[in-house]
Amino acid sequence: MLQMNNEEIRKAADFFTQEIAKLAGNRSVRLMEVCGTHTVAIFKAGIRQLLPENVELVSGPGCPVCVTPNNYLDTAIAYSRKSDVMIATFGDMLKVPGSSSTLAAEKAQGADIRIVYSSLEGLELAKRYPNKKVIFLAVGFETTAPTAAAAVLMAEVEKITNFYLLSSHKLVPPALRALLSSGDSKVDGFLLPGHVSAMIGLAPYEFLSKEYNTPAVVAGFEPLDILQSVYMLLRQLDCGVAKVENQYRRIVPKEGNPAACEVLSTVYQAADAQWRGIGHLKKSGLAMQEKYQKFDALLNIPVAVEETKEAKGCQCGNVLRGLVLPAACPLFGKTCKPEHPIGSCMVSIEGTCAAWYKYGAGRWQV
Amino acid sequence: MCLAVPGKVLERQDMLATIEVGGVTRKVSLMLLPEAQVGDFVLIHAGFAVQRIDEEEAEKTLALFKELEEYAANE
Ligand code: SF4
Repeated sequence: MLQMNNEEIRKAADFFTQEIAKLAGNRSVRLMEVCGTHTVAIFKAGIRQLLPENVELVSGPGCPVCVTPNNYLDTAIAYSRKSDVMIATFGDMLKVPGSSSTLAAEKAQGADIRIVYSSLEGLELAKRYPNKKVIFLAVGFETTAPTAAAAVLMAEVEKITNFYLLSSHKLVPPALRALLSSGDSKVDGFLLPGHVSAMIGLAPYEFLSKEYNTPAVVAGFEPLDILQSVYMLLRQLDCGVAKVENQYRRIVPKEGNPAACEVLSTVYQAADAQWRGIGHLKKSGLAMQEKYQKFDALLNIPVAVEETKEAKGCQCGNVLRGLVLPAACPLFGKTCKPEHPIGSCMVSIEGTCAAWYKYGAGRWQV
Repeated sequence: MCLAVPGKVLERQDMLATIEVGGVTRKVSLMLLPEAQVGDFVLIHAGFAVQRIDEEEAEKTLALFKELEEYAANE
């Protein structure tokens, strides 16, 4: 969208990096990019290397695949083994390890698992295969959750009775609250997820500044957007103020997307949820409203799920809280690689471990 | 998974739009963005248009970046 030539981009980037270094001075600053898409953009553009050493960027719990707990995968795998079930899922879920298998392995053994790009394609499958129970794996944050909710509303209107969601949607603001209230992440400021914010607007983040005195900037995804957002965070820190600013105004209106919020709250309500590596967080997920519970796979299709086991040695939980960098995990780059992921952070291209592996090669092997 | 891409609304029929994304056309649901009009640039995520792209704000961002670049050059 932003059209500048390389020379112009380089000059603007120079401006931001110089100002960031000036504002940071000698103090150590730790900023968290919450969103997996930011993590990838930061690595691709080499932004960490552009920042002074005392300004550190850590990745947060914003990769939907990464925060989906093992138990969810185990349940999806158990469903996929039922002959009357068809699983419809976004492609990035296939390789995520459950306790003893993956959806990809089940598919190779004949389970009926279809990759879709949208919840509506899941709904189409339900129409095309009336003899199957089609279960859509509904994961993701506030950007994706309204799209799953919209499919449920359409299924209701079209009276489709063989479409279900296995839901593990997560909400971003409660996760940030959990990080700050635990105190161990020591984050001085947040780069807030642009597309989540396009849905929910700015108000749900106000507590960051009001209750925790932590600056936050809703950030776009181009390298210059990210540099500008880091610069805006440092300006706040330098002036000793904390507020929620919006760098990504071309996409994110202050009030978000009211239609999407309404669809979401029609179908869902906030509920406690389990996050991989982070634990059980109050009101950090979504459960279906009573009227739509007939679309909830768990409530309607019985299934026996194996006991959940965590992968030995995997540090995903600490990586997702910004406590350790991937290279600190003893498995990183050894037994755990994108071709053979041990933990979820190595699976999705948005995962921190995968980004370190792909873009950090040669630098992480210090 | 949260990746969203910009596209241009070419046609709309009820809650379904034909949208051009990088030279390719796709059908996209307007259930989450009922106000989208033909000619609008919108952000698309998982088969749905989810937000209008404010061209004026995009211009402003660009202008700001260019201004900063001049500032950096004169320093
Ligand atoms: S390197 Fe692999 S095992 Fe280690 S934290 Fe990352 S995903 Fe988990």
